[in-house]
This record gives sequence, structure tokens and C-alpha cells, in this order.
Amino acid sequence: MPELISPDQVGQMAKLSSLRLSPEETITYQQTLNQILEWLQQIEEVDTQGVAPTSHILPLVNVLRPDQPVPSLPREVALANSPAQAEGCFKVPRIL
Amino acid sequence: MTTYETVIGLEFHAELRTKTKLFCGCSTEFDAAPNTQVCPGCLGLPGTLPVLNQEAVEMAVIAGLALNCHIAPYSAFDRKNYFYPDLPKAYQISQFYLPICIEGHLLIEDDQGKEKTVRINRIHIEEDAGKLVHSGDSILSSQYSLADYNRGAIPLIEIVTEPDLRSAREAKDFAEQLKLILSYTGVSDVKMEQGSLRCDANISLRPIGSTTLGAKTEIKNLNSFRALFKAIQYEESRQAAVLEQGGKIDQATLAWDEAKGQTVLMRSKEDAQDYRYFPDPDLPPIHVDASWLEAIKTRLPELPGPRRSRLMEKWQLSQYDADLLVANTLLADYFDQVTAKLPAAKLVANWLLGDISRLLNVNPEWKNIPISADDFVQLLEEVQSGRLSNNLAKEVLAEMAESGQSPKSIIQAKGWEQISDSDALQALVEEVVAANFSAVDDYRQGKKQALGFLIGQVIQKSKGKANPQLAREILQKVLANTSIQA
Repeated sequence: MPELISPDQVGQMAKLSSLRLSPEETITYQQTLNQILEWLQQIEEVDTQGVAPTSHILPLVNVLRPDQPVPSLPREVALANSPAQAEGCFKVPRIL
Repeated sequence: MTTYETVIGLEFHAELRTKTKLFCGCSTEFDAAPNTQVCPGCLGLPGTLPVLNQEAVEMAVIAGLALNCHIAPYSAFDRKNYFYPDLPKAYQISQFYLPICIEGHLLIEDDQGKEKTVRINRIHIEEDAGKLVHSGDSILSSQYSLADYNRGAIPLIEIVTEPDLRSAREAKDFAEQLKLILSYTGVSDVKMEQGSLRCDANISLRPIGSTTLGAKTEIKNLNSFRALFKAIQYEESRQAAVLEQGGKIDQATLAWDEAKGQTVLMRSKEDAQDYRYFPDPDLPPIHVDASWLEAIKTRLPELPGPRRSRLMEKWQLSQYDADLLVANTLLADYFDQVTAKLPAAKLVANWLLGDISRLLNVNPEWKNIPISADDFVQLLEEVQSGRLSNNLAKEVLAEMAESGQSPKSIIQAKGWEQISDSDALQALVEEVVAANFSAVDDYRQGKKQALGFLIGQVIQKSKGKANPQLAREILQKVLANTSIQA
């Protein structure tokens, strides 16, 4: 099976996704992702000459909403599922 | 020593003045209590779907038209992925591959005083992030941060220029012109101090004559024109010093420290994010067809450039006066209203740029000029006809602004009608001549400035009501007679 994604690339993806993977997990993901990519490669067999890039799969444009306010959530409901809160805000761990 | 050329490109974020957010019906009102304008959609809860605000699209198109852009018939949304607590979905919906407006331009004055075209690369629609307040003195020393998502998902347009600017002054001029145009279109409040207009600057240096771009740095979140100007000046001399010593510029993102007056490192290129943009599958594309575009075009008002030309051509105002009027829509709109009734453009402009501007300065809370155009015209006609002196007219104006009364009733109540009656003035003049012997003597000795003093005395005696021109004529006559008697 050709290597379509390297363990290093998996490590980079994990970093971007804020996931901590053990070396064993990295290898597992590298193998399964490789299988998925190989399967997806079949798409490359289709001749797409002259076909415009698709940004959306449904034949829809301009699904729009008028600029009219609707009630928002009560604050206590909005904050209800947050693990920590203070001063009406979501409290998050130190960032840097 | 090498002489360097500074190359600057700017990026602006302008909050659109819609009533609701970009993809949900939450209010966009400024300064609400934290997290009272949020819903499952803008909180990024699973299972919610975005629905695009039509007004945001139209406002972005209006901005594009005002900045001479080509409006893309098809545009679409992409996801920009990154983790930061101000972004609850962990991606920002933006337009990366197919922005709604491309290839615009704006005219500025270059450093030689000549007109210069600055190209605009694109304008795209995106959602704002939430607001974070860090505990402690700074983000570095804080133990936790507080997230308020009221601002999250408010519609923004991002305006990106080509690297066509060559100095801090040109960049500031561009920013000022852009702000004025956006405020004319009404699509944004463009209040830098409230964050509804924000600016980032990309700066690089290259030896004069070179056509390749040098390594650049980006200064983020400049929140005033002054900060923009000073940050660019600082950064161009910092880069020049590095290059002069044989060093190289590290590509980096910087912040402007206003207190220290210097740029500080936020992140280097090694930390550069990979945003993994991809089309947002939840949002169908936007198709602005010819008829929708025509309908949006009717919403475009007269813009600053054409208005300036009109004031100069139709009313023969100087460029200086025209610029001052155009820069303040309150004054410019009022000028149009007043000159429609009283076509004395220069007189109207002088009053607007003088006393009315002063009133606006001391009353910054005014949303409009609290004097009806009709009343103002009446006041100017009193001055033109000589029934009211210029100085008293200024007092009448202040009274009009205060009380809202008509000029005629104020003039009457105060007894300020100008004395343009020769007989009445003759008596005052004779009193003044009799009481100021030494000044009269000076005048006869040839000290012509004594006449000014005597005119002043007449006006004072009349409590400001004497017509100065008539007072001068009568005084000259009386003085000619007294010199014969003497």
C-alpha cells in the first residue's frame, strides 16, 4: 500500500486539532487514514475536465434571512452547560 | 548607505451596521450585558445551522461599489480553522476562495501631492470573534479569561489593499479616505475607538529601484489613525536599522505598544497557523445577479469624491473649504439644505466652517444641527440685508441653538436690530466725537487708525447694533466738519 500520509503529517494534524496522540496511536491513525485516502483516490479516476469547482453539493443559491432580530437565549440558559462562569461570562483556562 | 523604499499594504475590518448577526437573529446592539445576545447558533452548539443575513450581503456589495470593486456574480463561504476561546465553533466562517468583491481602488494624495490610485485586492464577508477579558494585568500573567460572545458572529467586511502605499502618511490618508467613504455609505459606524473599524498594516522595505518585495512584518489591531501612522514610522526605521547592520527581517506578527511607542513581537513565522480553509458545507453560495445588483446600486448615496467636485464646480468653493465640508456629513448635508433655499454658497460655507463648526465641537453629542435650515436662512438674510451686524448674528446663532427660537423673535426680544438709520447714528457719532477729543485730534494729525477706535466707540454705545459701514461713513463726514471748525 503506498504511503499517502506520513506519521509526521498525522502528528501535525493532531497538533492542529489539539489532540495528544501516543506514538502507537499515531501509527494506528496513519494506517487508517491511509486506507481512507486510498479509497478516496478512486475519485481521481473521474474526468473533471471542464467541470466548475463545486463549493456546495445542493443546487441552491441565496438562502437568505431578513435582518430582523429574534429573542436571544436567557443568559443563564446560555451559560448553563459551561464548566465555569463568572460575571456573566464563560470562564476559560489561561490561554498562553 | 542604502536608501530604502517602504512598501505597505493595509487590511481593515469594518463591522457592518446590520440589526442582527451574520448567521442568526441575535441583536448586534453595542454594549449590552455580556452573553445576552447569544443563541445556540452563534455559541457554536452542535446541530445548529447558519442562515445568511441578506442585509449583510447587500452592505458588503454597497461597500464594494463605493470602492470601485468588481462584484463577483458567485461567491461562497469557507471555514478558517483555529482554536482560540473567542471562537466557540473553533472555525470562523469567512470567504477565502471566492470573495464577494474583487479588484477595486481608491484615490489618495501621494507624498508629492499628486493623485494616486491604490488598488484594493478584495472585500470579503466574515463573522467577528467574541470578546475576551483576561484576569490580571495581561494575557501572560492571567490565571483565566472571561468570554463574552455578544460580538461573536457580528458581520464584518475585510478590505485588503495591494502593497501600493509607500509611507506612513499615505497609509493614514488611505485609512481616512476609506473611513469617510464607508461612513457615507452607512454600512458601518467606522468608530475606531469602539472597534467597529480596525486596521492591520503589512510593512516591508526594499532598496530603491528594486521591484521584488522584502520580508514583511504585520502590525495587528491599530485602533486609531495616529497609532497607524506612528506604528508604521517606527517599524520602517526599525527595519531599516536591521538591514543597515546587515541583518535580515524575520517575518512576524507584531503588536503596537502605544505607551512605549514601539512594536512588540506577538508571534514569529514558525508559529504561523495552518488554517485549513475549506468550503463551508452548511452555506450555499451567494449569487448576485444583474437585477439584484441594480437594486443594490440604487442604495448607493453620493460619495465624498463626487460631492467635493460638485461643491467646487457648482458653488465655486475652494478645495480647502470643500474638503472640510465633505469630511463632516452633518455640515455637508446642512450646506445642501441651506444653499437650496439661499444660493449664497460662500457665505453659507463660512458660517458652517466657523460658528456652526464651533458649536459642533463643544456639543459632540449632537446627532444633527439643532437649527432648522429655514431659521438659518432667515438669520443669514438678516445679515445680508444689513439689519443685523455680523457679531450680533453670532450671538443670535448661539441663542438659536440653545433655545430653538427663530432668529427674528430672538432679535426682537433682545432689541438687536441693527441701526442703519443715518439720523440715529449721526447723534451717536456726535456724542462719541465730543467725548473723545484726543482720538479726534490724533485722527486730524493723520493717525488714521484712530478712526477704528472711534468706530468701536460708536458700536459700543449702540450696544453692538450700529451698522459698522454706515458708522464709518458718518464718522468720516463728522470728522471732516470738525477739522474745519478747529
